[in-house]
Parts: sequence; C-alpha cells; structure tokens
Amino acid sequence: MSSADYDDLYDDFILDHYESPYHKGHLSSPTCQNAGRNPLCGDHVELELLVNDEGRIEQAYFDGKGCAISQAAASILCEKIEGKTLEEIEQFQAQEMLDLLKVPLTATRQRCGLLGFKVLKSMVYALE
Amino acid sequence: MSPTVARESLDVEAIRSDFPILHRPLPNGMPLAYLDSAASAQKPRQVIEKLTACYQEFYANAHRGVYQFGVRIDEELDAARAAVQQFIGAAEPEEVIFTSGTTMSINLVAAAWGRKFLSAGDEIVLNEMEHHSNLVPWQQLARERQARLQYIPLTSDGRLDLNRLDEFLTDRTKLVAVTAMSNVLGTINPLDKIIAKAHQHGALVLVDAAQSAPHLHGNVREQNIDFLAFSGHKLFGPSGVGILYGRRELLEAMDPFLTGGGMIDEVRRDESTWAELPAKFEAGTLPVAQAIAMKSAVEYVEAIGFDRIADHERRLLTQAHQQLADIPGLQIHGPDPESKGPIVSFSVDGLHPHDLAQLLDQKGVAVRAGHHCTMPLHNLLGLTATTRASFACYNTTAEVDALAEAVRFARKKFRLA
Repeated sequence: MSSADYDDLYDDFILDHYESPYHKGHLSSPTCQNAGRNPLCGDHVELELLVNDEGRIEQAYFDGKGCAISQAAASILCEKIEGKTLEEIEQFQAQEMLDLLKVPLTATRQRCGLLGFKVLKSMVYALE
Repeated sequence: MSPTVARESLDVEAIRSDFPILHRPLPNGMPLAYLDSAASAQKPRQVIEKLTACYQEFYANAHRGVYQFGVRIDEELDAARAAVQQFIGAAEPEEVIFTSGTTMSINLVAAAWGRKFLSAGDEIVLNEMEHHSNLVPWQQLARERQARLQYIPLTSDGRLDLNRLDEFLTDRTKLVAVTAMSNVLGTINPLDKIIAKAHQHGALVLVDAAQSAPHLHGNVREQNIDFLAFSGHKLFGPSGVGILYGRRELLEAMDPFLTGGGMIDEVRRDESTWAELPAKFEAGTLPVAQAIAMKSAVEYVEAIGFDRIADHERRLLTQAHQQLADIPGLQIHGPDPESKGPIVSFSVDGLHPHDLAQLLDQKGVAVRAGHHCTMPLHNLLGLTATTRASFACYNTTAEVDALAEAVRFARKKFRLA
C-alpha cells in the first residue's frame, strides 16, 4: 500500500458521510437495537433496525460519537443494509464492509471502520 | 532562578545526531517530527551501543557466574544501580530496585507494603489527573483491604487544589500517591507541600516520576520522598526496565512481591527465607542488559544538564502554546506554560483526535490520540479522547511549526472554517 493511498483516507466519500450522515437519529419503535464502543479511542455507535415480518430490514438508523471513520462507516452501513434480509446480513462479511468504505485502513483504524458492523452482527445473532 | 551568567544553551543538532531514528526517512517521504516522547522516548546511540555491547561482549545471567562474563555482568549491573542511585539522590544502592517499569514498581508497593500495612478504614489519597498505573493498583488494594480512596480536587486549569488539601489529607491517610508531572495536562505538582503535609499526618508518599524523570531533577532525600517509581523507556533508556526507590526501612519492613529464584536466602520444602535488599524484590532473571543500559541513559541526561533541557523545552512549550492557541476551535487542556512540563494536550472542534492524529501523521508529525491512560481525567474534562504533543531535548522549533501547520492542514481537510 503506497503512501498516496493513506493520503486518501479522508476523501470526499468519507467526509460527506461524516458531515451529512444517512439516517442519523432514532426510530420511534425499533424492532431491535444495539450499541458498541471502541474503548481505545472512545468511538460509540448505536444501531436501531425496523425489521418486517418477512425478516427484511425496512429502516436502519444510527447514532453515535467518535472519529470520522467510525461515524461515516455507520452511515454507509445504514444505507447499505436497508432492504436486505436478516439472512443476507448473516452472510455479510467484514471485508465487504471495509470495501464499502472505499479507503484503505490500517489495522487500528479498521476497528473504527468495523464498529457499526460489529454492533449489527451481534444484534442479528441475538435475533435468531 | 535565572543565572547571572548566561547559560550555554543546549545544542539540539548535536543531540539529534545522537539519535539514529530521527534521521530515517518516513515511508511517505516526510521528515519525522516525533512529538510523542511522553509515551516513550527515542534512544541515543549511547544507550543502544551499551545494550548491544552487553549482548556482544559480556552477557551472562547476573549473580550466578564464577566465570569472567559472570563477574563482568555483575560489575556492570552494580554500576548501573549506583548510577541510578546517584541520579535520584538515594542514600544507598540497595534502595534502588530494578523492575519491569513504573507500573510494576507501583504494583510492588501496593502489594508488598499495602497488604501488610493498610487496614480497614485507612485512606489512600489520589487525584483525578493520575495515570491508570498510579490509580488502579490503589483502587484494587483499597477494595481488598476495605480502605477508602480520597481524591484531591483539581482546579479549573488542571492543578491540584491545595486550598482543599486538608479536607482530604487527614490522620486517616496512610499513603498519598501523586504524579510529579501529569502525562496529559503537563502539570508539575508541588511535591514539597504535599510531602510535608502527608508526613505531618504520618502518611507515606509515593511519587510517580514516569513522566518527570527526563525533565525535572529530583532528589529523594532532599525531597523526603518515601517511594519513587519511573521507567527506563521514557528516560531515553530501553523498554522493559524501570525503577522502584524505597527508603531502606520501608523496603525492609515490606514482604516480598514476586517470589521465586533470586530473592531467597534459603528454600526448604515448606518454607523459605528472603534475601537482603535489593535482591528481595528482584525475583527471577532481571532484564539485565536493559538495566545495565540504564546507566547510559541517566548519564546521557546528566551530561546535557537538567537546566539546559528545561530552558530548551520551555522555549518549545511556549512556542507551541502560542501557535496552537492561534488556531480557531482549538482548546489546550491544563495550566499555563509556567506551571507545566513540555506537554500540550488539546481538542479541536469538529475533529476527533484519531482523525487529527492520522492527518498529522500524513505530514510526518507523530502525536498521540486517545485517553492516554487517564480515563478519570478525561471524564472530568467531559471528553473521551484528546490529542497530545510532547517535547524532549531532541525536538526543534521547526517541529513545533510543523505541528501547528499540520493542525491547520487537518482542519482544512475536514472543511472547517
């Protein structure tokens, strides 16, 4: 990975999601919710899902505080998972999440990028 | 305190030439501005060479060998212990214990002194700026012994509120644990006042000198310090070694901490007796080469001189305060430069410390982001994380310029006005 790649860590895609997040807020009656923290840097992400009877995610909202990577990733995640079924979420891998972010992350920052993803996955496992 | 004759100032370029790592190009081609010495200091070749010489020329396990290397390594270890003794002004070398670092040193006192001498209802006095290593061991000890913790309050600018000391330091106090210099706020604590008050009440004082060791010259006898703990790696020494100083009568009254080889006098099936100081507290094989290299580390600092180091670092600190205070949305945490050591922790509106540190890294500026092992302090500040720059004798005014420039670059990148 060249140094130029790291320079693009904060490209417009991430910054746009950080500044104007998709579905940042709360659902009035979520089907399920979960929260998680990144203790190393204090990133915090909360996820709320509205899941219909067929197991399809109708709406996904997040709230939280933290670094641009963690918050932008949560926003990108919410955009991605609306319309997906819980089964599809079970198949959703960490690498796919990282690919969604488009920017290359070091191991440390991957923890930030995957925080929302981890919150989602543990919530979905609990629903089974 | 200023001398009538102008003191020859520190030759920063000469010092920098002693540190091989400072001249290595970074992968991204930027020059390195290492502003994280508060986390760990870089090593001069004198320390690296001592370490290497030990392994290449006379390495053996200490206290075991009749052969030449065994004799030589013992001499080197004794010399290192004596060098540290002199560095801190201890009465005897036996009062200098080699540990794995400040954290172990403090755990040693908490266990070996605390379990024996702390009773239910006794109090330990701390404060919220302390590093976790000078907080958690006392917390756990207090739980175990049903003792209570008292916290000296902080002023709004991050100093100990000495006006309220009498509320918290009383006859119930058995130990005061205090840092000589805060690793986040940089605050230099008035040890003399605290130690005097503690001793009036019959309490002991443990000073965490991890941060202050390369910046403030201390003398344990002159200052009446009961226990002192610091690490080699922040003092330009190797990682993996640290020091506990304790007054002889205290160490002799304490039970051992870790037990096993090296700290015994006699071992039978069902009982053992303990070795004399310092061996009593040096169980197992020491980080021998690292302990030996501590001599080179303390000598390196002594050769430059604390006064010259302080002058240089004060210049850098003042410059950093001025330049950073000029940046919109930036808040520095802690007192004014006169009351602190060369550490600047700050927050920038709209820029999380991790993002800021990442962007600074793009410009070759190495700072630390996070809670810096001071969660209670950050809680008090209402923050989860801050960004911290820290200076040492090898930093330059150009590097402080680079810091301020890089923060401005980061703000621009995040589209902040």
